[in-house]
Amino acid sequence: MAPLLEIKDLHAEIAGGRKIINGMNLTINPGEVHAIMGPNGAGKSTLSYVLSGKPGYEITGGEVIFRGVNLLDLSPDERAAHGLFLCFQYPLEIPGVSNMAFLHTAVNSQRKKRGEVELTSPELVRKVRELGKTLGIDADMLKRPVNVGFSGGEKKRNETLQMMLLEPYFCVLDEADSGLDIDALKVVSNGVNALRSPERSMLVITHYQRLLDYIVPDVVHVFNAGRIVHTGGKELALELEATGYAQYQSEAA
Amino acid sequence: MAAVQDTVEQVRSIDVDQYKYGFETNIESEKAPKGLSEEVIRFISTKKEEPEWMLQWRLDAYARWLTMQEPEWARVSYPQIDFQDLYYYSQPKKFKAPKSLDEVDPEILKTYEKLGIPLREQVILAGVEIPEGERPKIAVDAVFDSVSVATTFKEELKAAGVIFMPISEALREHPDLVKQYLGSVVPATDNYYATLNQAVFSDGSFVYIPPGVRCPMELSTYFRINEKNTGQFERTLIIADKGSYVSYLEGCTAPMRDENQLHAAVVELVALDDAEIKYSTVQNWYPGDAEGKGGIYNFVTKRGDCRGRNSKISWTQVETGSAITWKYPSCVLRGEGSSGEFYSIAISNGRQQVDSGTKMIHLGKNTTSRIISKGISAGKSNNTYRGLVSAHRKAAGARNFTNCDSLLIGDLCGAHTVPYIEAKNPTAQFEHEATTSKISEDMLFYCMQRGLSQEDAVALVVNGFVRDVLQQLPMEFAVEAQKLISISLEGSVG
Ligand SMILES: Nc1ncnc2c1ncn2[C@@H]1O[C@H](COP(=O)(O)OP(=O)(O)OP(=O)(O)O)[C@@H](O)[C@H]1O
Ligand SMILES: [Mg+2]
Repeated sequence: MAPLLEIKDLHAEIAGGRKIINGMNLTINPGEVHAIMGPNGAGKSTLSYVLSGKPGYEITGGEVIFRGVNLLDLSPDERAAHGLFLCFQYPLEIPGVSNMAFLHTAVNSQRKKRGEVELTSPELVRKVRELGKTLGIDADMLKRPVNVGFSGGEKKRNETLQMMLLEPYFCVLDEADSGLDIDALKVVSNGVNALRSPERSMLVITHYQRLLDYIVPDVVHVFNAGRIVHTGGKELALELEATGYAQYQSEAA
Repeated sequence: MAAVQDTVEQVRSIDVDQYKYGFETNIESEKAPKGLSEEVIRFISTKKEEPEWMLQWRLDAYARWLTMQEPEWARVSYPQIDFQDLYYYSQPKKFKAPKSLDEVDPEILKTYEKLGIPLREQVILAGVEIPEGERPKIAVDAVFDSVSVATTFKEELKAAGVIFMPISEALREHPDLVKQYLGSVVPATDNYYATLNQAVFSDGSFVYIPPGVRCPMELSTYFRINEKNTGQFERTLIIADKGSYVSYLEGCTAPMRDENQLHAAVVELVALDDAEIKYSTVQNWYPGDAEGKGGIYNFVTKRGDCRGRNSKISWTQVETGSAITWKYPSCVLRGEGSSGEFYSIAISNGRQQVDSGTKMIHLGKNTTSRIISKGISAGKSNNTYRGLVSAHRKAAGARNFTNCDSLLIGDLCGAHTVPYIEAKNPTAQFEHEATTSKISEDMLFYCMQRGLSQEDAVALVVNGFVRDVLQQLPMEFAVEAQKLISISLEGSVG
């Protein structure tokens, strides 16, 4: 079985500045959920941006193969249409654009790029309402401008809604649990778990083992100074919670 | 809900590299001799078969204009205009005021069809899919260079008592009305371009809504400059008598030409007791090329007089065209309890220069005004909001709310806000909010991560930014406007 995603000796720096990703290797097979844990400033969010093509980073070495294509050759929207979804640590607000209109534009932009038939308004509205219900997102939140005035938890639920609607092959969740109360954590995790399937893989970035009680990973990586320094099973997360990152930091140095 | 989607669709389906209205109509024209003189003014007046007082009115303005200086306070720069190097009057040859649409030159009909403004009465502005039966009717007055070539729905309007015709025709059919109101809002002394307009104006629309009548359809004028080196000086006069209502739309385009062309229009609105006028403009004159070659110089004076108690005038403008825009649609709030509104979207790209805004002059008691201005600058353009809000001594209880937002796309453009506030009455309450922001890379990336191309992302963010104003436009125009906004910003990022 071909891997879904292969990161090979990836090096990246902030354009004209510091090196952040330092020879990273990672292979993710279809259906697997990988968790990444690591200290603040280790480069976890940067990794998610480099994978999704955010401007401002320079790739200085290595390659990323995603579903048979060289991911780094694609523009961010092409990567999205090819099935990569980034659940943002800090979702952006878009004033004046209703959530529903945004979803409609996003879905159909992707479908069009893939040469698929586009969703009609009624089809989309029905689908969004159904998914919204499972996430506690009501009609009012769908009418409001994207993320504007949403609470931290509402923003994360909204990210989950987008993810469920877009049905990507690969989801990168950057601290999907930050700012969530216990109930919201369950709601978001349920949404993510509903998406788990033999074809779909996930990379879950988190600081807390608690999230991994809900979204149970197949593999846990310790990430430090721009690369994976240790890999284990789901029990590794528990261990880290007890011991912290100190031993891995020396390992990286 | 799907409005944003529609925009994206429309942008995709349009060849955005070209100013789509830039074609030229090959039609023979008859012009006044080049340059400006008393003879030329007499020529125009004779062509229009005007009464003597009208000629005199023009000549007075001309004499005054000769003593005036071109204003220099606006943040725009352009080479000195040679007013003797222009034609002041041009009409299609063999032109005879048509009695019905069948008499209109087919070349001209074709031109308007190409522009999406069919002059057949059963259809409306192109590009909008509305089921048959639900289509709102829009009466159109089409002005081609210096003359009105067609006015639609005349009969139906007549039945409602509404007068909608070229101003040259109104001078013949309703001389008293024209004489009573013409120049009563924008006097000959007003400003350089308005005075010039008074001397040489060629045509434009005249509207009169009788007391208590709600105009049964939208009225609109579509201006087209076709001839080379020809100035367009139209004059529009709209009177809403007591308790009446009218919504009026104005659109404009011109061919792409390397030379700059001058457009100096005057619009006067009068609202009597309890009357309401809603005036919407989608201005899309040729803006010149990316290097600033060619384009229309748009020096326009628009003013509404809320003469009656509780009268209301609202201006909505979407300004995307012209090399230079110098335009301040204003309201004189004379009647007690009257109110004025100004909603504006001004977009500049390439080398365009926009200096636009409004004046709200509070004269009467308990008058209110509201200003919402959205400026978007891209490319190497400059975009200035200039607004005056004043309350005179007797304007007790005057209130204004102003909100001016500017959005910058790229690093080479400029946005400026110049508000003037004068309150001579201590009970006046004026509120002013202003923001300037850059289109955020992070926001664009967020949209692109969800699958939108960069251009679609810009269009989406900008449409969100101008939403408050778009909502003020009649629906058919809002769609047109969204489309225009996206096209105007083509190539503004990356
Ligand atoms: N645009 C930028 N300019 C300068 N430094 C940056 C930029 N982006 C990231 N960095 C730096 O790169 C390093 C890695 O940041 P990153 O956000 O990827 O860390 P992280 O592992 O996600 O941390 P956290 O756990 O706190 O979210 C940090 O030192 C950060 O300050
Ligand atoms: Mg982070």
